[in-house]
Amino acid sequence: MSEEQFEPTIVGFLCNWCAYAGADLAGVSRLQYPPNLRTIRSLCSATVGSHQILKAFQKGADGVFVGG
Amino acid sequence: MTGNQKEEIRIGVFICDCGSNIAGYLTMQELVDYARTLPNVVFVQENLYTCSESGINEIKQAIPTHNLNRVVVASCTPRTHEPLFQSACEEAALNPYLFEMANIRDQCSWVHMREREKGTERAKHQIAMAVAKAARLRELSRIELGISHRAVVIGGGISGMSAAMALGNMGYEVDLVEKQEKLGGLLNSLNIVLPANEPSSRLLHDLAARISANDKIIVHTSSEVTKAEGYVGNYVVTIREKSAENRVKAGVIIVAIGARALKPEGLFGYNGKSVITHLELEALLKQGAPAAKNVVIVQCVGSRCAERTYCSRICCMTAVKNSILLKEADSRNKVTILYRDMMMYGVENEDMFRKSKELGVRYVAYDPAKLPQVGEDFVKVYHQRMGKEISIPAELVVLSTPLVAQEDAANVSSMLKVPLNENGFFLEGHVKLKPLDFATDGVYLCGSARFPATIREAVSQGLGAASRAAIVLSKEALFTSGIVADINTETCCGCLGCVDVCPYGAIRFVEEKEICQVNKVLCKGCGGCAATCPSESAKLDGFSSEQIYAQIEQAFAS
Repeated sequence: MSEEQFEPTIVGFLCNWCAYAGADLAGVSRLQYPPNLRTIRSLCSATVGSHQILKAFQKGADGVFVGG
Repeated sequence: MTGNQKEEIRIGVFICDCGSNIAGYLTMQELVDYARTLPNVVFVQENLYTCSESGINEIKQAIPTHNLNRVVVASCTPRTHEPLFQSACEEAALNPYLFEMANIRDQCSWVHMREREKGTERAKHQIAMAVAKAARLRELSRIELGISHRAVVIGGGISGMSAAMALGNMGYEVDLVEKQEKLGGLLNSLNIVLPANEPSSRLLHDLAARISANDKIIVHTSSEVTKAEGYVGNYVVTIREKSAENRVKAGVIIVAIGARALKPEGLFGYNGKSVITHLELEALLKQGAPAAKNVVIVQCVGSRCAERTYCSRICCMTAVKNSILLKEADSRNKVTILYRDMMMYGVENEDMFRKSKELGVRYVAYDPAKLPQVGEDFVKVYHQRMGKEISIPAELVVLSTPLVAQEDAANVSSMLKVPLNENGFFLEGHVKLKPLDFATDGVYLCGSARFPATIREAVSQGLGAASRAAIVLSKEALFTSGIVADINTETCCGCLGCVDVCPYGAIRFVEEKEICQVNKVLCKGCGGCAATCPSESAKLDGFSSEQIYAQIEQAFAS
């Protein structure tokens, strides 16, 4: 796979009260961003443990985003 | 869990077009076909609007018809629509926690409007993730809690009295707890209140009389709240009245402990005789105007400085009010106000300011870098416009000091587990949207305990806090959320990691078993414990690691 074709998959853990709401707002505002993100709602970014982040990398994530 | 695993998982997926909001940007048929291939999915339906009455009815019909025991809706955001779909499940006799959403509008079709193919690909993954999580959901229950239909108001100043009166009038029993011997707080020390132009005592006596005539309100004077245990709807509050201690049950607690005027010891030659505070001037004015012919009032004494950066906000209008009263007592009195900025917000205050100038009150701005000097019978100040120091005769100097937090604010704060700001005032739940609530349910805030308030503001906040409290008191019962933490008693080693991180004090260490245990009523479902627990014994129902691992796996499914 050449550099140009590389399409990363990013797993985003989003806090229900802020970052998830922000991601919703991005939609309401029709802000466009690359469709490489897969979002997982968490009730608090503090819920996102190292186990989960490592699991995402283990399963093939090219990046992990924790928003909270 | 074991019971659920044996049962065949039958998931119904409802995919919403949201008119053209989703269908206009994603290929719906592809999503439907894809959803059919997912494990455990036995039914897939596309709706024009899943949230419409017909969409909801389709969910309610499909559950019994196809024997669904899990429902996934792929549509907008759970932040707005989850409760609606959950109640549809509930109406079809499906536990509402066996429901999951995939956000394919706000976080997909709307943000990938020009990339149909890749957007559709993302939507597929989001649906697969939701389906995988749904398969691992389990029934959760909301706990029903009884309520004590009774309130405790801490602080019997004007805001606490207003709150107690309002709740009493609604028919709720109220314990109004005042530290001093009588109700009224700071209002007891005031003279005339403007713009009403009436003695504060009249206002106070009127309210106190109505409170004592209301048999729902029990007034505890010379009393303090020493302990508060429990949670919203079910607090047990210990009130120490003189030497006796009483425990009362209460559904809500209102914090109305007010504030106190700063005594400016060591500032501007304060001596309580010829250099006094406004509260001391008000006491003199109550007995008739003071004999001084030349009065200088200094603003911002002990406020807007390094030690106390805030503006106390009510001192400007107090100074203007008292200058008017001094002038009206004898028009030959010379009154000078030394100020930094005059904060006269609102219609009446600006009128009052204008009136004081018409009466001949003199205003001189001073530079905080060159503070006025108070002498024996004069005040020296650098006049910025004249560019030189002037000396103003003064037999009486009045210092406008700020209201500062009550000395026991920290005690009340730790007792009720509600926060204070850097100046010791209480911090509301949200600076704009929850001005009278705390983050802790069932505890409310009003008056100068939050920030220096005028009488009118204290009254409206008191009435507002009473209304907020009545939302709880008027209910028959409360239900907790089903999304709460749970600690596996078999694997917990009692390391106390979760106890330290829990912001709600909901986890306690059970010494005899050496394990930690969650109080499901206090738990707010933040999951801090689950993230901290080294053995994954603590988990958040509805957001467990197992469920999230399943979601992660599907994020990469092809």
